[in-house]
Amino acid sequence: MNMLINTAGTVVADALRGMAAAHPELVVDAENRVIVRRDAPVAGKVGLVSGGGSGHEPLHGGFVGPGMLDAACPGEVFTSPVPDQMVRAAAAVDSGSGVLFVVKNYTGDVLNFAMAADLAEEEGLRVASVLVDDDVAVTDSLFTAGRRGTGATLFVEKIAGAAAEEGAPLERVEAVARQVVTGTRSFGVALAPVTTPAKGTPTFELPAGELELGIGIHGEPGRERRPMMTSHEIADVAVDAILADLRPDAPVLALVNGMGATPLLELYGFNAEVQRALAGRGVAVVRTLVGNYVTSLDMAGCSVTLCQIDEELLRLWDAPVQTPGLRWGR
Amino acid sequence: MSETALDAAFFIRWMTAAAASIDREADRLTELDSPIGDADHGSNMQRGFAAVRKLLETAAPQTPGAVLTAAGRQLISTVGGASGPLYGTLLRRAGKVLGDAERVTPAELNAALAAGVDAVAQLGGAAPGDKTMLDALVPAVGAGAAFDAAAAAAAEGALATVPLQARKGRASYLGERSIGHQDPGATSSALLFAALPEAAK
Repeated sequence: MNMLINTAGTVVADALRGMAAAHPELVVDAENRVIVRRDAPVAGKVGLVSGGGSGHEPLHGGFVGPGMLDAACPGEVFTSPVPDQMVRAAAAVDSGSGVLFVVKNYTGDVLNFAMAADLAEEEGLRVASVLVDDDVAVTDSLFTAGRRGTGATLFVEKIAGAAAEEGAPLERVEAVARQVVTGTRSFGVALAPVTTPAKGTPTFELPAGELELGIGIHGEPGRERRPMMTSHEIADVAVDAILADLRPDAPVLALVNGMGATPLLELYGFNAEVQRALAGRGVAVVRTLVGNYVTSLDMAGCSVTLCQIDEELLRLWDAPVQTPGLRWGR
Repeated sequence: MSETALDAAFFIRWMTAAAASIDREADRLTELDSPIGDADHGSNMQRGFAAVRKLLETAAPQTPGAVLTAAGRQLISTVGGASGPLYGTLLRRAGKVLGDAERVTPAELNAALAAGVDAVAQLGGAAPGDKTMLDALVPAVGAGAAFDAAAAAAAEGALATVPLQARKGRASYLGERSIGHQDPGATSSALLFAALPEAAK
């Protein structure tokens, strides 16, 4: 597999140096692997910190900036960052108003953020954590690690980020984040497997002419494999899987997300089918985002995320945001 | 063997031997992690244990407990993923139990590692049979103070994960499809215990 890299071992460090060069509005500490908005800590503001394995760009580093995250901690590819990074990030963004950790539900992220929260509290910081677990492809049971955190992360970071930017206290920012988590579900599909730089060959086999339904963002296999389907059929499967788990009784925000290697042309066509499927099932969509936001390196495929909102959450969604990956309003 | 007292130099040899073995086996660990994980266990453990080796070369802790505590802290700071906190907790807890004794017996080491394994089970919320590192660690500490027996039990435990269905960690998303693969975490745990008799030579 041809990759635009120097060596597999320097992929993350090289990307961080490039981010630093492209985004002077961020402080990118490539050595300690922390990305912080340049004006942090912002007086009176709750600090929002997230992080996770690299390979999901723009998540999380691309969502650092006014109206969203205050800091992000990139780990190695598909590997949770370490507590040292999170504690450093928390200290950098804490204005005395406390810090909220946004944690995707993977064993590694959960363990490292929990250790970091303990260490930060020992240093006198006030830390709350919210766990994002939106992927309906995984049965949430005692026999699994629980639903994975995927597309909902973008909604949590944007909406809780807007609340924090307005000066809401930690308890309120945490409650908003939890409300988003509770009302958000995702379902993903892979059309071609993912190749990590460390391995250099696909991490799973997916023959041409087949697709994997219920894929995770690290190439974890999903619910089942089927012969290739049309965009129309995939939209029906994804929407039905989500609605079987959470039937919205309010309008939704929709994220039609690319996994990395699927062209926008196809994603927009898929969005047309998602909107058709939702309209046909009586679900009202008030805002839609189409693009590569929560990716899986070079995996081909897509995911659908639906976030049930009320007027207040919609207002926070529409609030200005200025980050490398998401930018509107002023 | 049980008469022999183990000093800090032994523990440094143990960690160094473990680092060398993880380094040799890194590609195999990553290969095992591909079908049921995300193909990075080898490279993550390799990075962590290389950092442990480097730390022990420069810092040279003076007691067995200090060696394990420093190694555990270093793993937490450098491995990431679930393996970092879990392996880090195993060594840190064992190091704490050993306290500041300058020499410890194999039986004391066995008891300390048993406490470390308990801490891993508590942190990860897993039990033997869940297809995790515990499937190598629990039999290893259960085999007693003799290093050869512990190493053999760990290796056997790792092999015995093949027919199991994963209930914890990323492999659990696969459900029944996780059956038929050896658990990479149990395999690296077996390498850690295989380094014990090596260090005693």
